[in-house]
Amino acid sequence: MPKQLFVGFLLLLSVLPVTLLAQEKVVTGKVTDSKDGTGVANVTVTAKGSRTGTQTGLDGTYRISVSSSVTTLVFSAIGYATQEVVISGATADVNFVATSANLNEVVVVGYGTQRKKDLTGSITAVTSKDFVRGPITTPEQLIAGKVAGVQITSNSGQPGIGSRIRIRGGTSLNASNDPLIVIDGVPVENAGIAGSPNPLSLINPNDIESFNILKDASAAAIYGSRAANGVILITTKKGRSGDKVRVSFSTLNSIAVKTGIVDVMTADEFRGYVNANGSATEKALLGTANTNWQEEIYTSAFMTDNNIAVSGGIRKLPYRLSIGYLNQDGILKGSNLQRASVGLNLSPKFFDNHLSVNSQVKYSLSKNNFASQGAIGSAVYFDPTKPVYSGKTEYGGYTEWTNASGLNGLAPDNPVGLLNQRTDKSDVNRIIGNVQLDYKLHFFPDLRANLNLGLDKSDGSGSIFVPATAASEFTRKGINNKYEQDKTNKLLEFYLNYVKEIKSIKSRIDVIGGYSWQDWLTKSPAFADYQADGVTVQEPAGIPFETQNTLVSFYGRFNYNLLDRYLLTVTMRRDGSSRFSEQNRWGNFPSAAFAWKISDEEFLKSSRIISNMKLRIGWGITGQQDGIGDYGYLPAYFFSDSAARYQLGSGYVTLARPQGFDANLKWEETETRNIGIDVGFLQNKINFSVDYYEKDTKDLLAVVPAAAGTNFTNQLLTNVGSIKNRGLEFTVNSNAINRGDFSLDLGFNLTYIIQNEITRLQLAKDPSFLGAETGSNGFNNVQIHSVGYRPSTFFLYQQVYDNKTGLPIEGLYVDRNRDGIINDFDKNWVKNPDPTVFMGFSANATYRKFGAGFVLRAQTGNYMYNAVRANSAIMQNVLTGQGYLNNGHSNILETDFANRQTWTDYYLENASFLRMDNIYLNYNVGKIMKGKADLRVNVNCQNVFVVTKYSGLDPEINGGIDNTIFPRPRIFALGLNLDF
Amino acid sequence: MNIKKISVFIVCISLLASCTKDLNRTPRYSTTSDGLYKNEAGYKSSLAKIYAGLALTGNNGPDGSGDLGGIDEGFSSYLRQYWQLQELPTDEAVIAWNDQTIKDFHDMDWTSADNFNRALYSRIFYQITLANSFISEAADDKIASRGITGADADKVKLYRAEARFLRALSYWHALDLYGNTTFVTEDDQVGAFLPKQATRKELFDYVESECKDIEALLPNPKGNEYARADKAALWMLLANLYLNAEVYTGTAKYTDAIAQVNKVIAAGYTLQPNYRHLFLADNHRSSEIIFPVAFDGIRSRTWGGTTYLVHAPVGGDMNVNDFGIDFGWGGLRTTSALVNKFGDPSGNTDKRAQFQIAGQTLQIGNIGEFRDGYSIRKWRNITSGGAPGSNVTWVDVDFPLFRLAEAYLIYAEAVLRGGTGGSAAQALNYVNQLRQRAYGNTSGNLAAISLADILDERARELHWEGKRRQDLIRYNLFTTGTYLWPWKGGVPNGRAVESFRNLYPIPSAEINVNTNLVQNTGY
Repeated sequence: MPKQLFVGFLLLLSVLPVTLLAQEKVVTGKVTDSKDGTGVANVTVTAKGSRTGTQTGLDGTYRISVSSSVTTLVFSAIGYATQEVVISGATADVNFVATSANLNEVVVVGYGTQRKKDLTGSITAVTSKDFVRGPITTPEQLIAGKVAGVQITSNSGQPGIGSRIRIRGGTSLNASNDPLIVIDGVPVENAGIAGSPNPLSLINPNDIESFNILKDASAAAIYGSRAANGVILITTKKGRSGDKVRVSFSTLNSIAVKTGIVDVMTADEFRGYVNANGSATEKALLGTANTNWQEEIYTSAFMTDNNIAVSGGIRKLPYRLSIGYLNQDGILKGSNLQRASVGLNLSPKFFDNHLSVNSQVKYSLSKNNFASQGAIGSAVYFDPTKPVYSGKTEYGGYTEWTNASGLNGLAPDNPVGLLNQRTDKSDVNRIIGNVQLDYKLHFFPDLRANLNLGLDKSDGSGSIFVPATAASEFTRKGINNKYEQDKTNKLLEFYLNYVKEIKSIKSRIDVIGGYSWQDWLTKSPAFADYQADGVTVQEPAGIPFETQNTLVSFYGRFNYNLLDRYLLTVTMRRDGSSRFSEQNRWGNFPSAAFAWKISDEEFLKSSRIISNMKLRIGWGITGQQDGIGDYGYLPAYFFSDSAARYQLGSGYVTLARPQGFDANLKWEETETRNIGIDVGFLQNKINFSVDYYEKDTKDLLAVVPAAAGTNFTNQLLTNVGSIKNRGLEFTVNSNAINRGDFSLDLGFNLTYIIQNEITRLQLAKDPSFLGAETGSNGFNNVQIHSVGYRPSTFFLYQQVYDNKTGLPIEGLYVDRNRDGIINDFDKNWVKNPDPTVFMGFSANATYRKFGAGFVLRAQTGNYMYNAVRANSAIMQNVLTGQGYLNNGHSNILETDFANRQTWTDYYLENASFLRMDNIYLNYNVGKIMKGKADLRVNVNCQNVFVVTKYSGLDPEINGGIDNTIFPRPRIFALGLNLDF
Repeated sequence: MNIKKISVFIVCISLLASCTKDLNRTPRYSTTSDGLYKNEAGYKSSLAKIYAGLALTGNNGPDGSGDLGGIDEGFSSYLRQYWQLQELPTDEAVIAWNDQTIKDFHDMDWTSADNFNRALYSRIFYQITLANSFISEAADDKIASRGITGADADKVKLYRAEARFLRALSYWHALDLYGNTTFVTEDDQVGAFLPKQATRKELFDYVESECKDIEALLPNPKGNEYARADKAALWMLLANLYLNAEVYTGTAKYTDAIAQVNKVIAAGYTLQPNYRHLFLADNHRSSEIIFPVAFDGIRSRTWGGTTYLVHAPVGGDMNVNDFGIDFGWGGLRTTSALVNKFGDPSGNTDKRAQFQIAGQTLQIGNIGEFRDGYSIRKWRNITSGGAPGSNVTWVDVDFPLFRLAEAYLIYAEAVLRGGTGGSAAQALNYVNQLRQRAYGNTSGNLAAISLADILDERARELHWEGKRRQDLIRYNLFTTGTYLWPWKGGVPNGRAVESFRNLYPIPSAEINVNTNLVQNTGY
C-alpha cells in the first residue's frame, strides 16, 4: 500500500476546517410531539434533494444551514411518521405524529445505509437510547442481553477486560469465532494488543451512537471472507450542521464490591482435616494463625468515568469533540485501568453539497496496572493456618513455604506477597481514524463515488518488576523486563453507488460496486531478560516478531425494490487473502435475499391490528480466516532464540526449524439460510420478529493430528470438518403503556439453539475415533470435539454413588461398554458449556421526571466443570508429601477423595442462570443555573443478583471450566449528566 | 473538468489493482529453503536442529515455541519420554506425580490413547521427518545447484551422513518400542499423504543397511566435533541393534554385536576414572562418552532431558545445593529391587550405589509419597570439582547415549550368548574392569560370570540411563512372572502382565489419522 495515500489522509484531516463555500440560508425550529407537545429529540432533519442534515437536540430544537436552492426539509425519527415541510421563512416548526415505530429508521449496512423498511437481511440495530446503562467501560457490554442470537459474556471482573461475543453460536473450532467489528467504516483489530486486556476497551463507550448487528449471510456476505461469525457495525456520535454549540458533561462514580469467595476450608476445618488425615510430619507443618487469604487480596474498588462532549456546527462544518477520562480500580488489590480518550468528528460538505466528507479520529491512552492474577488461585491454595507476614526479613517479610535447603519451590507463593511484590504496568495508545469522501457526481447525480481511507494503529508497551526477594521469582533473582508491540491496520476502500427511482415500472434500484484493500502488520521487538538488579538472564530473550497479512476484495450489491413491497438484494464479494497459497487465494462469497412487505398488500393495508408485516428469506456464503497464523501455507524456516541453541563442537549453533504447514490451506466457508418475519401490531405498539437460521460450515479450520512422518509437526491446522448450526430467534419489543406522563417499554429476546453439531471431523474415517480432546482443567482435557456432538462437549466418566449416603465413591465409574476396564471408551458425552436457550429481558419506564429500568439475562442448558473442586478438594492436594500443605475447597470434607478424579461427571454442574445485569433509576432535575443547563441524576447497580444452582463463584465462565476467575464485582454507581 | 475526474479515476483504479501483489506476504524473521540452504552455515543450522531434536523441545529455550502440539512442552522432550518409557515400567524407577496417565507406566496398563506414548511416537517421527527433509535438501545435485563447492560441499555431505545416522538412531528407537511402525524416507515429500507401515524386520534391515552405507562417510572415532556422530557412535548403534536382534527379528546376531563393539573398544576410549563424574555438569570432558546428547544451562534450556533427570529425584531431606539446582521436583525414586542388587547400598563399597537413604524408606507403601523408596543421586548439576553448573534451573549435564562401559557389557553378554569373535576370559575382564572402577580396587572382582550376572551388572552400571526395559525384555523378564519387583504391574508385590506389553501401542491418534497402520496385538 502506498504510504503517500496515508500521508495524504492525515494532511486532509488537518486542512478540513477551512473555509466553506456556497450560498446558505439558516432554518431553525422545534419538533414537538403531536400528543403532548413536548420536544422530540434526535429527529433527523435533512434538506430534501441534498445530503445536508442535522438532528434535533434534547428539547426538540434544531438549526440547519442549507443551500439557498433547498425548498423542503424532511423530518424523520424512529417511531414517527416522516414529514416534509416546505421552507417558508427562517423557521419551520413541526408537529410530529407518533405512528409506526422503527419503520423510517435509517440503518447502517455494510458500505452505506439503507432504510430499515428496505432491509432484506437479518439486521438488528441498537441505538444509544436502548443501551445497557450504568458503569460500563467497554463498548460491547452496552448491548449485552439486548439482541436475539447475540451472546456477550465478559471474561472476568478485571478492569477493562474483554468479552466473548458470539453471534448465532460459534461456527469454528480453531479459527476465530469472534464477529468482525467495523467502527465508522473501519474494520478494526480485535485480536489482542500487548499490554491491553481488551482492544475494544480502548474505545470510549460514551462516544457510540449505535450498533448494527448483521446476523445472517445476506447481510454480512458483503464482508466476505471475514463475515462467517457475523458483523457488528459501530457508529460513533457526530456533530450537527449549523447547530449552536452544545456541551454535555457526564460523570459516573461507582464502588465495586466482591459478591462472594471460593468456599475453601476455614483455618479450623483445615487443622481438623490435617490432624485427622496427615502424618506426624504433616501435622507439624500446621500453624496457629487464622488467615482468610481471599479476604486479604480483595478490596472495595472505586471508579470514576467522566466525559465532556462539545458539538455543533461552525457554519457548514459540523463537529463533535469528546474527551473522556476513566479511572477504574479492580477489586483485586492493585489492579487499575486509566483511560484518557479524545474523539473528534468533522463532517463538512463541499461543492454545493456534492462532496460530503466524514472524518473522525479517536485516540485513547490506557494505563494499566495488572495485579498478579496468580494471587487468586494462590489464595485458594495457601495454608490458612499461616500468618500473612512471617516477622522475618526474608522473602520481603511474607510467610512462604521453606524446607531444609531454602524456599520450597513446589509450594504456592504467599498471595499477598504475589500482589505486593509485582509491578506490572502498561501504556497502550490506540488511534483509529478515517476520512470518507462521498462525491455525488456533478454530471451524473444518481451516481456516488465513495473513498474511505482508514488507519487503526495501536502500540502497547509495558514493564514488569519483581524484586529479588520475592518468592515467586526468587531463583532467578527477580524480574526487570520490558515488552512492546505495535499494530498497524490500514484500509483503502472505494465504491460507486448508483441509485435510481424508475417511476415507470414502480421500481427503485440501488447498486454498489467497490474495491477494498486492507493490511495488518504486527511487530514486537525482542528484549533481553533481566534480573531485578538489571543483570541479564538471557540476551535477548527472543527474536523480534513481525507478521503481516493483506486482504484485497472486490464487491458488489444490487438492491431492487418493486412497488415498495417486493425487495431483492443480491451481493457478491471476491476476496484474496495473503494467508493462502495462490491456488487457494481467491474466494467468492455470494448472497441473495428477498423480502415481501405483506402489510402493504391490499388485503392487509386496512388492518387495524397488523400495522406492519414483512417476510424475509435469505441465503449466502461467508468465510472465516481470522484466528489463524499468517503463513500457515508456506514452508518456512524459523530460527531459535539464544537459549535454544545446540552445542556442536565448541560453539553453540542457532537452530533452523522448518515450520509445519499445509500448502492447501484455505478459509472456512459457512453457508447460511435465514427465514424471518417482522410483525408490528396496533400501530406498531408491539413489534415481533422471529428468525430461523441454518448455518453449515465446511472446510472447518481445525488443529488435528497429522500423520507421523508427513509434516514438521504432529498437529496441523488444516481444513477438515463441518459444523451445522440451526436456531430460532424471537424478539418482542413493546411500547406497552404510553399515556400521559407514564410510559413503559418492554423488550424480550430469546434464542433457541436447535442444533450445533460437528458433522465431520477427519480426513480418514475411523469408527473408533472419539474426537479431538480440548478444554483442560489445568491437568487434563475434559472436553472433546466429536462428530455428532456440539463442539467442546464434556467427555467424562459416569460417577457411581453410594446408595446410602448419596456421596460419590472415589474412582468408581460405570463401565459403559462392559468390557471390564475403565478407559476412554467408557467416557460419556455429557452436556455442553454453551446454553441451548438464552434470553434477555429489559424494561424501561418513565413517570414525569423519573425513569427506571433493568436488564435481565438468562441461560439454560449450559454446564460448568468445577475445576476448583476437582483440583483442590482432594487429599493429594492438601497433603502433598512435598513438605508443605495446601488448602482446598471444603467439598473435600464431604467427598473425602484421596486422589484427583479428573474425569468424574460429579464435578459437572448445571450452570443455568438468571442474572440481573443492571438496574437504574434516574431523575430529570430539569433546568438549573437560571435555565442554562439541564441536569439529570441517576443511580445504578450492576451485576445485581444471579440465580443459579451452580455451586461455584460465578456460573458464567467462558469455556465452561471454572478454575477460579477474577470475580465479577457488584457495582453501585451514581451519575450526573449536565447539558448546556 | 469531467475528463480530469475520469482520469483521476483511472489512476485510482490502476493503483488499486497493483495492490493484489501485496498478497504475496512472506515472514520477515524466517526464510525459505532456498534462503536457508544458500551456504554451508545454513545447512549446519538445520543439522543442529536434528541433533537438538533429541535434547530440546522447540525454538525458544526452555519453552514457548514447541515443536509438537497436544502435550505440555516439557513433556514433549525426546529424551525425557524415551527415558520414561524405558525406565518407569521397570524395577529402576517410580514417580510420585499424577500427571495425566503417568502412573499407568507402573501399573503396566497403558492404553493406545496414552498421551506420553503419543508424545514419544510423535517426537521420533518428527525427528525422522526433519532428517528426511535435510537429506533431500543436502543431496549432491541440490548442493551443486546452490553453488556450494569444495570444502563447503564436503562439509554438507558429511552433515547429510550424520542426518542419516540420526534417522537410523530414531528408527531403532521406533522399532524397539513399537515394532511395526510408520515408514518414511527422503523420497516422501511433506504434505497430506498416508505413509505405509513397515514391519519390525523391515525396519531392522533398513537401519542396518543405512548404517553400513554411511559408515565410510562418517569420521573416525573422536574425529568429529563434540556431540556430533562419528564411526564409534554408529558402531554402538549397530551393536545395540544386533544385541537385541533376536527380540526384534527372531534371528540372533551376537557375533555381529561383538564385531561392532570390538571396533569401539579398539578406538581409544578409556573408562572415566571416577564413575560418579560421568553424570555431572562437566561430563563433556569425559573420555568414556562416545555419543552424548548435549545440554547447557544458558544456551540449551529445556524442561526435559537432564534438567528433568537432575530435578525429578530431589525431594525430602535432600539438599538442593548438592545437586546445583534451585529446588527439587520430588518425583523419581527407585524400588528395593535395584537397591538390593548392591550388597551395600551405602556407596562405600560399590561407588555406583548413590542412593538417598536419609529421610527415605527402602520399601514403597505409596508411590505418590516421595519419601517412600530410596532416591538416586546419580544426575547432578555440579562439576567434578564441586562447583555448581551455569544455572540452577536448567542444567549443564550431558546425557551419555553411548559410553564405553556399555560396549564392555555388550561384549560380555554377546559372548555369553554364544557370539563369536570374543572370548569368555575377555568378557570377564571387561566386567571386572567396571567393577574395579566401582570398588576402587579388585575386592569386587568376580571369578566367573553368568548371563544373569550381566543383567545385574548392567543395572548397577547403567541404571537410570534409559536401558532397563530393553534389557528386561531381552531376558524375557519384563512382562513375565519370573521376575517380580515391588509395584510391577501396580501391585505392591508385583505381578506378571500380558506379554503384548513388550511393545508399546501405536498411539490411537496415529491409527485414526493413518488408516495404513495396523495396531499392535493386544491394544
